[in-house]
Amino acid sequence: MMKPFAYLKAKTPAEALAALNSKGARIHAGGTDLLGCLHDHLFTVDKVVSISGIKEWSGMTGRPDGGLKIGCLTTIASIAASAVLKEKYAVLAQAASEVASPQLREQGTIGGNLCQRPRCWYYRGDFPCARKGGETCFAVEGENQNHAIFSNGPCFFVHPSDTAVALSALQARLTVAGPAGTRTVPIESFFLAPEKAIDRENVLEPAEILTEIHLPAPAAGARSSYRKIRSRQSWDFALTSVALWLQVDKGMVSQARCWLGGVAPAPWRAAAAEKLLAGKKLNAALAASAGQAAAEGAVPMRDNAYKVEMVKGAVEESLLRLLA
Amino acid sequence: MSKEPENNCAGGPHGLSRRGFISSVSAGAAASTALREANAASFQVIEAVGTVLPIQLKINGITRKIQVEPRWSLLFVIREVLGLTGTKIGCERGECGACTVLIDGKPRYACMTLAVEAQGQEITTLEGLMDGENLGPVQQAFVEEDAFQCGFCTPGQIMAVEGLLRRNASPTMEEVRVGLSGNLCRCAAYQHIFSAATRAAERKKKGGMA
Repeated sequence: MMKPFAYLKAKTPAEALAALNSKGARIHAGGTDLLGCLHDHLFTVDKVVSISGIKEWSGMTGRPDGGLKIGCLTTIASIAASAVLKEKYAVLAQAASEVASPQLREQGTIGGNLCQRPRCWYYRGDFPCARKGGETCFAVEGENQNHAIFSNGPCFFVHPSDTAVALSALQARLTVAGPAGTRTVPIESFFLAPEKAIDRENVLEPAEILTEIHLPAPAAGARSSYRKIRSRQSWDFALTSVALWLQVDKGMVSQARCWLGGVAPAPWRAAAAEKLLAGKKLNAALAASAGQAAAEGAVPMRDNAYKVEMVKGAVEESLLRLLA
Repeated sequence: MSKEPENNCAGGPHGLSRRGFISSVSAGAAASTALREANAASFQVIEAVGTVLPIQLKINGITRKIQVEPRWSLLFVIREVLGLTGTKIGCERGECGACTVLIDGKPRYACMTLAVEAQGQEITTLEGLMDGENLGPVQQAFVEEDAFQCGFCTPGQIMAVEGLLRRNASPTMEEVRVGLSGNLCRCAAYQHIFSAATRAAERKKKGGMA
């Protein structure tokens, strides 16, 4: 049983922001991650501020520039099922369809998916790890088969969000609302590496809410895909995932974006692979080289060297499938 | 099963640190959140330690006025307050699917839903799929396909199938597999469960008849 807490269901954005601006208050959107954290006593909460009833923050609407605005409360299930996303932003619809289980996709929101806490078993378990204010990342010496191959430490969790990787490849911009007003954060700057902040995973201040996700207008000749590899086929977090976005003109890759999930504490940009692909005609040899390049800089831990090979294969295979 | 849609709260809704809740359950047991002791009492007592809120939940078409602590999950309230024990407690962490119910027709984990969050929505539990004293089409299909061994996951599997078929009346086998991927069966009766889902789809199309 969770510890007792007070509960407030906000009816308006202003009410939610005001309620959240007090010590011990936590936001509840779909609740799937919050309740898990409270069950595991990862942190305590004095007041749960539910934003689930705020209509302004739910659903998708077109932007004047041809892009798309996605409210933070839009469910993962509705993103996965969206015909517009499937056609114009396939990488996001595909990533959403691979998130968790059908039940959790109906409840979980896109905002919550981006802001979920790490799934590292030491963090979630009964270990006083660095992310919980301790001095040690237990994964360094312990069971690290699921952990990061790209991290400067001192923490080696892998970011659990699939949609974060897809939205990185789409260069989404995030609207963040807080007591001082709203600000826009490019998704590339939203997530924080452990060397920048050990106690949080993104730039949100305690009283701030990620309210909207903005996608740029679809570019001519753009195509995208998401590939997720997991140890259980039914549902699981990614061991490795690849979000690809390519702009192709007469068979030539004019621009490439390649982001990896399941390998770093934030979505990981495979910059060397992107550089290799740009301006070239894609064929099997280039796809294989791009896979090799995507794994550049990886520093595997004792039990996760398989992820290096997984990255190479997943990137190569995703490229070939996207061009097929 | 409770026939009485309103539970009786021993005391007002605010200010007391410990409080007894009584819900009339035809064959129940005395229980507390800390310790459940089975005895011959004809009602169920649940003690709250925090502030309680009056809420209304619409479950299986009946609106029930109850008092809950904000931290109580929908699963806890369905079973312990309302006595609807068809919904099972499995992992209580959103991983196994035993507690699957429908909320506004969509399958959800009752263990990962706060009861206070389920206000204003249509909740359907296993009991709500009954057709009077007869089994509903999905339940009947599970019997006919022998789609269980120990049976503990079965209510959640049935609710997941019901949710799938309400969204997609003619699922392919792949869609059945995806639709049931959030429900674990430790006996691994999956093949029979998938067959039951297909049979249930046929039954529903024929108005519940095989």
